[in-house]
Amino acid sequence: MLRALRSAAILAVVPLVYLGFTRGQWRPPDDGRVHISYWEKWTGFEGEAMRAVVEEFNRSQDRIHVELLTISQVDQKLLLATAGGVPPDVVGLWSSNLAAFADRQVLLPLDDRLREHGITRDHYIPAYWDLCEYQGRMYALPTTPASLALHWNRALFREAGLDPDRPPRTIEELDEYSARLTKRDERGRLLQMGFMPTEPGWWNYAWGYYFGGALWNGRDRVTAHSPENIRAFTWARSYSEQYGVGALQLFQSGFGSFSSPQNAFLSGKVAMVLQGVWMGNFIDRYAPHLEWSAAPFPYPAGDPELAEVAFVEADVIAIPVGARHPDEAFEFIRFVNSQRGMELLCMGQRKHSPLAEVSREFIETHPNPYIEVFIEVAKRERTFSAPKTPIWSEYASEMNAAFDEIWLGQRSADEALRRVNERMQRALDRWLESVARRRMEP
Amino acid sequence: MRGRREMRAGLAFVSPWLVGMGLFMLYPVAASLYYSFCEYSVLDRARPIGLANYADLARDALFWRSLLNTLYYAVLAVPLGLVLALSLALLLNSGVRGLTFYRTIFFLPALVPMVGLAVLWLWIFNGEYGVLNVFLSRLGIPAPGWLTDPAWSKPALILLSLWGVGHAMVIFLAGLQDVPVHLYEAADLDGAMWWHKIRHVTLPMVSPILLFNGIMGIIGSLQFFAIPYIMTPNGQPARSAYFYAMYLYDNAFLYLRMGYASAMAWILFIIILTLTLLSLRLAARYVHYEAG
Repeated sequence: MLRALRSAAILAVVPLVYLGFTRGQWRPPDDGRVHISYWEKWTGFEGEAMRAVVEEFNRSQDRIHVELLTISQVDQKLLLATAGGVPPDVVGLWSSNLAAFADRQVLLPLDDRLREHGITRDHYIPAYWDLCEYQGRMYALPTTPASLALHWNRALFREAGLDPDRPPRTIEELDEYSARLTKRDERGRLLQMGFMPTEPGWWNYAWGYYFGGALWNGRDRVTAHSPENIRAFTWARSYSEQYGVGALQLFQSGFGSFSSPQNAFLSGKVAMVLQGVWMGNFIDRYAPHLEWSAAPFPYPAGDPELAEVAFVEADVIAIPVGARHPDEAFEFIRFVNSQRGMELLCMGQRKHSPLAEVSREFIETHPNPYIEVFIEVAKRERTFSAPKTPIWSEYASEMNAAFDEIWLGQRSADEALRRVNERMQRALDRWLESVARRRMEP
Repeated sequence: MRGRREMRAGLAFVSPWLVGMGLFMLYPVAASLYYSFCEYSVLDRARPIGLANYADLARDALFWRSLLNTLYYAVLAVPLGLVLALSLALLLNSGVRGLTFYRTIFFLPALVPMVGLAVLWLWIFNGEYGVLNVFLSRLGIPAPGWLTDPAWSKPALILLSLWGVGHAMVIFLAGLQDVPVHLYEAADLDGAMWWHKIRHVTLPMVSPILLFNGIMGIIGSLQFFAIPYIMTPNGQPARSAYFYAMYLYDNAFLYLRMGYASAMAWILFIIILTLTLLSLRLAARYVHYEAG
């Protein structure tokens, strides 16, 4: 019996030994170059644009070869690969999940390397540089940036007797325009809406910023339940109050998916929408005959200083801790952040450049006719982005659920935001305690 | 001597399974029990914190919300699925011609991959263009916003779950075909109506299968994940379709709280274990095993 068990154990060890030696590592070809692996979240045409930059880099020198792998859900795969001890050399993330990774020491701080190569904040539109910073250190550099603007359908403006060259400038004007652009059939069903705070619904948590609010104080206090946020969410709720939750649900359920001709804005169902710099590309692809313009998003009439508020986020590129070739990885990141590399990438992805300096050619040949609007918006005084805290992904889903409750009239803005505030303050406290505990350890 | 050699050979042959089971099942299960008493982000070392995760869960409103949503789903989806599967099996077993054809047709939907299924049903439930609402409005029935109205999102998912009833149906059908014909003949002689035959012959004879399908249904519905993860992300609208496994997943992989998620997994395990034991206890009274 014992011997039997022993031989079973020996047989069992064989696959283990095999697993132990390979660790799933990929072996590069032996061509004298350093091969580095790069995981990028973009698939599709954005991924192709990044591939073009990688190929340009590989051609530009003969020491380093970047192997690009485009994968979805890169954040979760980075998490598992890092836990397993086999991260890639370079990883493309979103600015909004940088804090969670930086906090857990998953990403290499780049400060020394940036200093060594003289790369400073002055080279960038400041808002984009700041997105890569977490608690005083730089953990990434931007790749493609995103700022948002109000897009409007010029044909629908004309139909409603509005001047297509004169977008709404204040929230009050936006509401007024929206009322004029809304159409119903004889049975009262909605056929067209001027504006809907839930379309596309990707930044429902963020309406407070446009009213001068914020989601936290940057250190230790959650501020979801602030007067500005309550005001913003009450404003959003005024739309579902005015048009009816049921009527809006029915109307909304007829929208197709974002990247299709049935998209609410592309199909002319919603006349004005807050969207990012990428929208122009989707218009070209799915609704090439749509007449549109873009301008900065309106601000509350009584608070002209809020005209400076603008949302920014960015794709970023970073080096995971445990990468085998961090120096070569940084070489590549530096190339992507050169003016040549960046313009190639941003033109391919049809976005603007995060760099302060942009060639004339880039602006003149850019397929988005309003690219300068997006650059202008990104340079504003009061830019905001997703809070740079590791609790953000939970906070975001709480805010979005609260928005739903308010929109549906299940809870008042005051009550829903108070609940989020309490819950997330507890989460923030818990995280601060865990940071303190980690500091105490040797 | 020969016995021992056979033992050795036997163990050798099952060793891939033993290793797989140990490495990929037993170890993770044991580890998750340990982590459930820790603060663990996956990315750094686990720090034991005693029962804090369990205590936090008891106070976590979203935990209760997701648990109640899941129970609501299970309480309706499991019995409905059983009734439908058994009814279909009874119909197919009534001596229709082309049984194999119909059996295949009814089983086919169960083969559709989850993701494809979810995307397909997103369109079926579409409030304005969805085939379901077009059909309902033809009949003059007011069509709800299936996935946009919090009151309808769970019923919609329950309706969808019936799509996969083919698995249970095939098992019922096999059981029905095992019921000895002489029992029905005896019932006929006693002047039993169809209802009496179902109640006093068929149901007792297939009761072990009812038990099996019931337990599998309970386990499956309490772990309901892939379909709502795609169809109702973040449980929208207003978390009305936020299920237990979704919250567990979000904690583990989005909020970096693997310890908390492990505690949730163990609570779910205990709930499933309790319900299964309860079913078996009930079964002792109502389930009829022919051989035993």
